[in-house]
Order: sequence, then C-alpha cells, then structure tokens
Amino acid sequence: MSLITPDFGLLFWMTLIFAIVFFILAKFGFPLITGMVKKRSDLIEQSLRDAEEARKTLKELAEEQKRMIEEARKEQARILNEAASTGDKIVQEAKDQAREQTAAMIEKAREDIRIEQETARQQIAAEVATLSVEVAEKLVRGHLDSAQRQNDLIDKLIEEARTSRGNAVN
Amino acid sequence: MHRITGLGILLAALLLLFPPTLRAEETPHTEADASFDLNHYIFGHIGDAYDWHITTVRGHHISIPLPCIVFDNGLHVFSSHKMAEHGYTLNENGKLVNAATGKRPFDLSITKNVCSLILSSILLVVLVLSTARWYRRHDAMKEAPRGFPGVMEMLITMVTDDIIKEGVGKDWEKYAPYLLTAFFFIFLNNLLGIVPFFPGGANLTGNIAVTMFLAVCTFLAVNLFGNKHYYKDIFWPEVPTWLKVPLPLMPLIEIIGMFTKPFSLMVRLFANILAGHIMLLGVVAVVFITAKLGPAINGSMSVIAVLFGVFMDILELLVAFIQAYVFTMLSSVFIGLSRQEPEHEHKQIETTK
Repeated sequence: MSLITPDFGLLFWMTLIFAIVFFILAKFGFPLITGMVKKRSDLIEQSLRDAEEARKTLKELAEEQKRMIEEARKEQARILNEAASTGDKIVQEAKDQAREQTAAMIEKAREDIRIEQETARQQIAAEVATLSVEVAEKLVRGHLDSAQRQNDLIDKLIEEARTSRGNAVN
Repeated sequence: MHRITGLGILLAALLLLFPPTLRAEETPHTEADASFDLNHYIFGHIGDAYDWHITTVRGHHISIPLPCIVFDNGLHVFSSHKMAEHGYTLNENGKLVNAATGKRPFDLSITKNVCSLILSSILLVVLVLSTARWYRRHDAMKEAPRGFPGVMEMLITMVTDDIIKEGVGKDWEKYAPYLLTAFFFIFLNNLLGIVPFFPGGANLTGNIAVTMFLAVCTFLAVNLFGNKHYYKDIFWPEVPTWLKVPLPLMPLIEIIGMFTKPFSLMVRLFANILAGHIMLLGVVAVVFITAKLGPAINGSMSVIAVLFGVFMDILELLVAFIQAYVFTMLSSVFIGLSRQEPEHEHKQIETTK
C-alpha cells in the first residue's frame, strides 16, 4: 500500500524544492513576463484605439476637405456668374451710353445742320434781297423815266408784296 | 537549435554531478526469472526506488545509484548500491530499513522521484528564466518573442487570461505566480513522466506525496487569504437556524468541504497520472506476456500493443496538459470563491454547485 501513503522523504524534498522553485520563479520569472505581456497588450490596445481615432480624424478631415472643395466650387461658380453678369451689364451700359451719345451727336448734328441751313437761307435771302435791290435799282433806273411808269410800278409792287405776304402767312 | 544543444549540455552536466559509475549488477539468471513478473514490472516503474534503473542488458541491471541520506543514530550518507555495507536493506515494500533492527530510519534519501524532481525543477527554472531573459534583453513593446519564448508566452498568457483571471477575479496578480508555477510544474513533470528513458520516466505527478503537497499549497492559498464573507459562509451559512443550532450540521459540512476540495485535487492528479502510467505499461507488457504463446500470437499482439501504445501515448500527452489545466483552474476557482464579495454571492454559488 506504499502507493497511497505519502513518503516523508519525498514530501520533504518536494516542499524544499518547490519552495525554492516558486521563490525563484515568483521573483525573477513570471511577474516580469506577465508584466511585459500586459504592457504590450495594453500598448496594442492603445495603438488600436489611436488608430481608430486617427481614422476617424482622417475621415473628418476628408469630409471637411470635400466640403471645402464643394464650397470653393460654389464660390467659383458664383464669382464666374457674377463676373459674367457684370460684364454683360457693362457691355449693355456701354452700348446704351454709346447709343445715347450717338443719338445726342446725331441730334446735335441735325441741329447744326438746321442752324446752318437757316443761316444759309438768311444769307441767301439777304443776298437775294441785295441783288433784288440792285436789280430793281437798275430796272427802276431804266423804267422810271416817266411818271406814268413810276405809278404803274408802284402799283405792281404793292400787288406783288400783298401776294407774297399772303403766301408767307400760309 | 543551439537551445537544444544547450539543454543536452545541461543534462550531461547534471549527470556528472551524480556518481558516474553505472551499476552493473550480476543477477542470477535462472529459468524461474524467464517468466514475466507483471506486478514487479508495473510497480517497479510507477513506484519510487533508491537507484534509477535505466535498462537491463542480458541480466545486467544498468542503473544510476543515488545517494541515500538517513538519520539513524546520526547522519549516514552513502550510495544506494553500497546499502548493504552500511547495514541497511530494503523491506518488502522497497523501503530502506535497518538490516539489524528492521526499523525504518528517518529517511531523506535522494530517491528516483527526488532526483527527477531536482532535474525537472532545474529544467523548469531554466525554461522560465530563459523566457524572462528574452524580455529583459528585448524591447517587448516593439516585438513579440518567436520560437521557445513565444511558446512560453502563449502558455503563460493562456493560463493567466483563461484560468487565473477567470477563476480568481479581483487581485488575481497576487496569486498568479503560485498558480503559474503549479501549472508549469505539473505540466512539465507530466510530460517528463511520459518520456520512457532516463531524465524522464519517473512517476512524479502520479505520486501521492507530490500531489498532496500541491493540494496543501492550494489549501493554504484558499484558507489563509479567505475573506470575512468566506468564513462567515462556513461557520454561519445562510440556512435555516435549526441546521446550525444546536447541532452545527451545515458548518460541519462546510468544514469538511474545506478539506474535500484540496483532497479532490490531490486524488484527481495522482489517480489520472498513475492510471495513465499503468495503462501504458500494461499495453507494453502485452508484448512480454504473450512471448510464451508462440511467435504468431506474440507478433500480432505486439503490433496491436504498439499501435495501442501510440494511441495511449498521445492520449497521455493530452492528459498531461488537461490535468495541469484542471488543477490550476480548480485552484483558481477555489481561491476565487474564498475572496468573493457578498453581493455576487447567490449567482456564483448556483453556478458552482
């Protein structure tokens, strides 16, 4: 029955040796290893968390970037539109102005022409009057050598003047 | 690779520490010896001995003599094969007795099991410290160990995370060194027990003294650091009062339970490893038992024995791990139960019972 009776000698050595082994391993072995493993797994966990955070930040940044690009594009479109409309307006204004100016110039030219015409007409009229007077003088000088003829002429002239005044009134 | 050669050198050095003379003893080789003594064969292998029998070549026992240390009217130290010269002999149980009086002296001999214990303990310390050295020499924050330290780390992480943290719960760091030491001690010795030749082959974890010591360690770890709630549950459990007063039935049962838990640990490990060894030896013995029955039967039975032996060996590898695992796990659970806070009590008790 020695199989199930613990032998004292073996028990003694077992106690001694196991105590020594336990002491060595508990002091220099396992805590170091488990500590390092724990540190490393903590580090890995932390790294994973950091990576997740970084990914999130990156995503946010990308979204921000996208948003900014979109905004810039909108702004660009807006500026382009504005520029186009401004250009149109300027062109339109220039056109209008040009038209007005042209119109004014034409008007002025017309006025000038009219004034010129008037002046010319007056000059011609004056010229004609002078000429007429001269012609009349000559004519009168030739024809007005008798009293009869002078009276006839006066009558004729009066008649003529009357008709020309009537024409003028009309 | 150089780690294996290192291990070889270590073992060679250890061998040199012991008396280098192999013992070649002449035994009478008669007809009666030719019959196979199964009992002697099996119990010779699983039991303890004062020398380490390696093999028998043509009736010559080749064994390593081990030092005997006895206190019998003073200290006597002698080599085991000079036992008779110092007035000692072995009794029918194979124990050292005084040849004149027939009494057992106070015996602290380095027996086969003690020798195996020394070797495996040195091996265990070397294995763990070499792993620890890796961590000291490398920056564990930047790289994970490969090769042997990697395997050790995997095992240590497994025991720590799956067994100790789960079983003990809060303050598990305090118990981790003991539980890890117990796990690796049992696992290594289980494995060495399966190795059939010299540095292995001793039946250490299948020896009641060894398992008893381990169980006592767990008992102390449980009961020395148990909290108030644990002791209240033992001496004044929450049961109807007539179960406690006047006859303290429940406390009695709880106190018995304090001892049955480590007792079951002791017997489980002892019985499993012992049974494994006996089964393996039995399977191998088939070859020798059938030797008398003629070459045909012997040959076919040998083939079966070898196949079955391979199967048993693989099974024993599994058992070696499982028993180490179970011992550590139950120790963790018992420690965890002794440190429970009252608020978790009801749920936990239901799951453990």
